[in-house]
Amino acid sequence: MEFRNPEEHIDRFRSRLTVAGGFVLACFALLFGRFIWLQVVQHSYYQTRAEDNRISLVPIVPNRGLIVDRNGVILARNYSAYTLEVMPSRVQGDLDGVIDQLAVVIDIQAKDRKRFKKLIEESKNFESLPIRTRLTDEEVAKFIAHRYQFPGIDIKARLFRQYPFGAFAAHVLGYIGRVTDDDMEKIEDQDEEANYRGTEHFGKTGLEQHYEFDLHGVTGFEQVEVDAGGHAVRTLERTAPIAGNNLALTLDAKLQEIAENAFGDRRGALVAIEPTTGGILALVSMPNYDPNLFVDGIGSQDWDDLNTSADKPMVNRALNGAYPPGSTFKPYMALAALTYGKRKPEQVIFDPGYFNFGDHTFHDDKKGGHGMVDMYKSIVQSCDTYYYMLANDLGIDNIATFMRQFGFGQRTGIDIDGESEGVLPSQEWKKKRFHRPEQQKWYSGETISIGIGQGYNAYTPIQLAQAMATLANNGVMFRPHLVDHVTDTRSGDKTYVEPQPIRTIPLQQSHIDIIKAAMVGVNKEGTGARAFAGATYVSGGKTGTAQLYSLKGEKYAEGKLKKELRDHALFIAFAPAEAPKIAVAVLVENGGFGAQAAAPIARQVIDYYLLGKVPNAPAGEDDSEPEEERE
Amino acid sequence: MNRWHPRVLWQKLVQPIDPPLLAIAGALLLAAMIIIASASPERLTNQAISVVVALVVMRLIADLPPQRLMHYAPLVFAVGLLLLIAVALFGDISKGARRWLNLGIMRVQPSELMKIAMPMMLAWFFQQREAMLRLSDYAVAAVILLLPTALIVRQPDLGTAVLVLAAGGYVIFFAGLPWKIIVALAASAVAAAPLAWNVMHDYQRARILTLLDPEKDPLGKGFHIIQSTIAIGSGGILGKGWGQGTQAQLEFIPERHTDFIFAVVAEEFGMIGNLVLMTLYALLIGRGLMIAANAPTMFSRLLAGAVTMIFFTYAFVNMGMVSGILPVVGVPLPFISYGGTSLVTLFIGIGILMSIHRHRMLVQK
Repeated sequence: MEFRNPEEHIDRFRSRLTVAGGFVLACFALLFGRFIWLQVVQHSYYQTRAEDNRISLVPIVPNRGLIVDRNGVILARNYSAYTLEVMPSRVQGDLDGVIDQLAVVIDIQAKDRKRFKKLIEESKNFESLPIRTRLTDEEVAKFIAHRYQFPGIDIKARLFRQYPFGAFAAHVLGYIGRVTDDDMEKIEDQDEEANYRGTEHFGKTGLEQHYEFDLHGVTGFEQVEVDAGGHAVRTLERTAPIAGNNLALTLDAKLQEIAENAFGDRRGALVAIEPTTGGILALVSMPNYDPNLFVDGIGSQDWDDLNTSADKPMVNRALNGAYPPGSTFKPYMALAALTYGKRKPEQVIFDPGYFNFGDHTFHDDKKGGHGMVDMYKSIVQSCDTYYYMLANDLGIDNIATFMRQFGFGQRTGIDIDGESEGVLPSQEWKKKRFHRPEQQKWYSGETISIGIGQGYNAYTPIQLAQAMATLANNGVMFRPHLVDHVTDTRSGDKTYVEPQPIRTIPLQQSHIDIIKAAMVGVNKEGTGARAFAGATYVSGGKTGTAQLYSLKGEKYAEGKLKKELRDHALFIAFAPAEAPKIAVAVLVENGGFGAQAAAPIARQVIDYYLLGKVPNAPAGEDDSEPEEERE
Repeated sequence: MNRWHPRVLWQKLVQPIDPPLLAIAGALLLAAMIIIASASPERLTNQAISVVVALVVMRLIADLPPQRLMHYAPLVFAVGLLLLIAVALFGDISKGARRWLNLGIMRVQPSELMKIAMPMMLAWFFQQREAMLRLSDYAVAAVILLLPTALIVRQPDLGTAVLVLAAGGYVIFFAGLPWKIIVALAASAVAAAPLAWNVMHDYQRARILTLLDPEKDPLGKGFHIIQSTIAIGSGGILGKGWGQGTQAQLEFIPERHTDFIFAVVAEEFGMIGNLVLMTLYALLIGRGLMIAANAPTMFSRLLAGAVTMIFFTYAFVNMGMVSGILPVVGVPLPFISYGGTSLVTLFIGIGILMSIHRHRMLVQK
C-alpha cells in the first residue's frame, strides 16, 4: 500500500474526488426528494398546519341578559373589567416561579394565589384562568410593558355580573359562578357546548339558574393571528356575539324592598302574588346574602360564614322552608266543610275550651273557650275547637283531597329550580313516608290537629301564597311566576309568559263569598284588626301561629322560651276584598303570634301596593296582649 | 507605475483572490443578508460587520502560501488541542455544555478552531509520509483525529464534533484509505450503534427519538422539528414571499436566525429558494473540488479536498436536520446563519482554497 509514483497517487486522489462529488450529488438529490415530499406532495397539509398555528379561533362571550323588575329597575347587569389571565399550558417553566416574577410587576396577594390554585385544580389544562381581576388602568399599562417576559399570560377584558342592590332580592335573582362539571352536563344536555366555548360562568341558583339559556346569548367568534407565545397579533375576521335575552319580572322592586325592610333583622319569608295572573310581586327570604360575592369565585372565609351561620341565609325559605300553616289553614278547612256539606255557615257549636277525643284532650287557646261559635266567628276569632270537631267530621282523606286542589303539598311550578314539596298528610302519604307497619297506620286522633294546621302539615310559604291567591281569585289557580316577559335583545321581540291557569277548583261562589267575608272580618274585628286598623281599603286575612314546642298544658309564655323555640308567626291576606289585586303569605320564624309579628308586615306590603304608602320603619311588633291567647 | 498608485494597490489587494470563489461566496452572503433581514432584521448590522471581518481574514489567508500553512499546521493543531484540554478542565459552562474558555478579555471556543486545524494537521501528517505511506499510518491519523473529537463530544457539542470528525475523515479518505477498510469501518459502525446508544447523553438520545417521531412530544423536544417541517412544507414551490412567512414572522420557528434559518428560506422562497441555495453550494463545492484536483502537493490536495467537503457537510447536515431527515445537531447553515464565528471559520476555508489555487503553478515550476 505505498504510492511511490506521484502520478499514480494523483490519479487515485482524483478518483476519490469523483467519489466525493458523487456523494455530494447523491446527498443533494436526497434533500431534493425531501423538498418535493414536503413542499409539493404534502404542501396543502403543511399549509393547513401553518394556518392552524397562526390562526386561533377566539370565542367572544356575549353579554349576559339583564334582569329588570316590572318597572324597568335593573336588578342584574354586567360591567367590563380587565383581568390578568394565565394559560398554564403556555407558561414556560415553573408556574409558581413565573407568578413570583409576575408579582413584582402586578400586585398579587395570597388570596389571589389561593383562588388561582383552586381554579387550576378545577379546570382543564388549556383554559385561560384569571389570577387577578379588576385591574386598574395603571396596572394594565404596567403589565403590557412587561408582557414579553411572560408568555402565556395576558390581559383580557371580561364582563362581570353585578347585582347593583347587593343582597336585595338575592333569593329571587340567584347568582352565577364558574362553570363546573355538573353545569357542563346541563350544557351538553341542551346541545349548547359550542355556544358555551369561552363561557366561564353559569347560573347557579334563582332566576340566573332557571333562565340560564335565555340569559346566556349567542357566542361570537374572532379569528386572530397569534404568535408562538399565544399573543394575539391582529384580528382577521369577527362574528359579533349576540347578547343574552333580558328578563322583565313581574316583581315590583319597591314592593320587594318594603317587604324585605319590614322584616328588620327577623328571619322569615314573604310571597306576594297577583291572584289574577300568578305573577309574583315580591318574594322574600330573610336573611339574604350578597350574590356579588359569588361572581369572582367566593372566598373560603365568606363561604364558611354563609354556610355555618345559624340563620342559614343561603336557604330560600319561601321555596324550601316547610312550615305548619297553623290557623291560616282554617279558612280552607271551613271551605271544605261547606263543599262537603259537613257544616252550614250558621250552624253553631259550643266550645268549652277543649275537645276530647278518645282519652286525649285537645285544648283551645282561649281558656274557657269561645262559647257559641258559628263559621264566621270560628275564623274571625280563630276558634280551635270548631276545627278539631270539623277535622274529625271530615276525615283525613277528604281534607287531603280538598287541600290538594289548592296546591298544598305540591310544587307550584315557580320559575326557580329546587322548590320543596312540603307535606300534605293523608293515609297514603303516611304509608309511603314510614316503613314499620305500626307507623304506617293513620290514627284518627292524628286528624284532629290537622284541622288547625298542625300535626304533619308542612307547607312552603309559596304554597300558602298560591292557595291564598287561588281563594282570592275564586278558585281559579295560576302558576306562580317571576318573569313577565323575555326580551330578545337583537329584535326587541318580547315573549310573554302567559298566565297559565292550572285549574279551576269546583267550588260554589256562595261558599267562597262566605269564607272571604269571614276573612274580611278577621282584619276588621278579629285577630288581624289591630294590624289593619285604619286601612282605607277592605282586606281579608288570617293569622296563624305554628307551634314548635309542645306545651303540655302549660301556659305559653313567650319571654320564658328560648327564641329558637318560639312559635312561627304566620299571616295570609288578600286585598282589596271586592277585586283582589294582591295575595300575601308572611312567615316570621320564631316570631311568636301571627297577629303581632306577621300581620304588620303584610299591612306594609299591601299599603304600598294599593296606596303607594312607603313606611318609614320596619313593621313593628304589636306588643299589646292579643285578644286571644293562642290562635 | 508607482507602487503606491491606486491601481497597483488594488491589484495587490485582489491578486490572491479567486474571482469564481468570491462570486459564489458573495452570492451566498447576499442571500444571507436578504434572509436575515426577514428573519431577524435587528441583527443585520452585526452580521454585516462579521462579513467584513470574515472577508479581511479570507484575504489574509489567501495571501499565505500553502507551504506556510503547512509549516504552521502542527503548531496550530497543538494549540487547539491544548485549548480543548483547558476547556475540559477550566471551561465556562453555558446552557449545560462546557465549550467556552474565558481568557479574561474574551471568551473563545477552541472546538471551532479544530474545524480547520484538524484537516491541516492530517494533511501535514500525510505530506510527511507521502513517499512511504503504510497502513499503520492510518492508525496514527485516526488517533490524531479521534483525540480532539472525543474532547469535543465530551463538552458536549455533537454538531462541532461531527464537523471535526468529518473534516479529518475526508483527509484520510482522500489520502487513499483502502476501500476494504472503509467498508469494514462502516460495517462496524452499524454494529456498534447500540453501544453508542448506551454512552449517549439523554438529550442526544432524545434528539434521535425525536427525529424518528417528532409528533410524540409536540410541545417539547419535537417542537423544533415539527415547526420547521411545517415551515418548509407550507412554503410550497414558490414560497410565501420575503417577510411573509407566518411560521418565521410569528416566531413559531425556534432559532430562526441561526441553526433553523433554512426553514425561513424554504418558507418564504419555497422550493425555488431551496434550489438556488443548493445550486450555490454545489457550485462552491464543484469549484473547491476542482482546486483540489489541480493542487500541486499532497498537503494542498488533501486540505483543499477536505475544506471543500466541510462546506458540503455543513450544508447537508443543516438542511437535513431542519427538514427532518437528520437528527438535530448544532450545525449552522454555512454562509447564511447569523453568527460571526462560523462565518470567519468558513472564510478561512475559502482563503485556504484561494491560496492553494493561486500557488498551484509556482510549485510545479
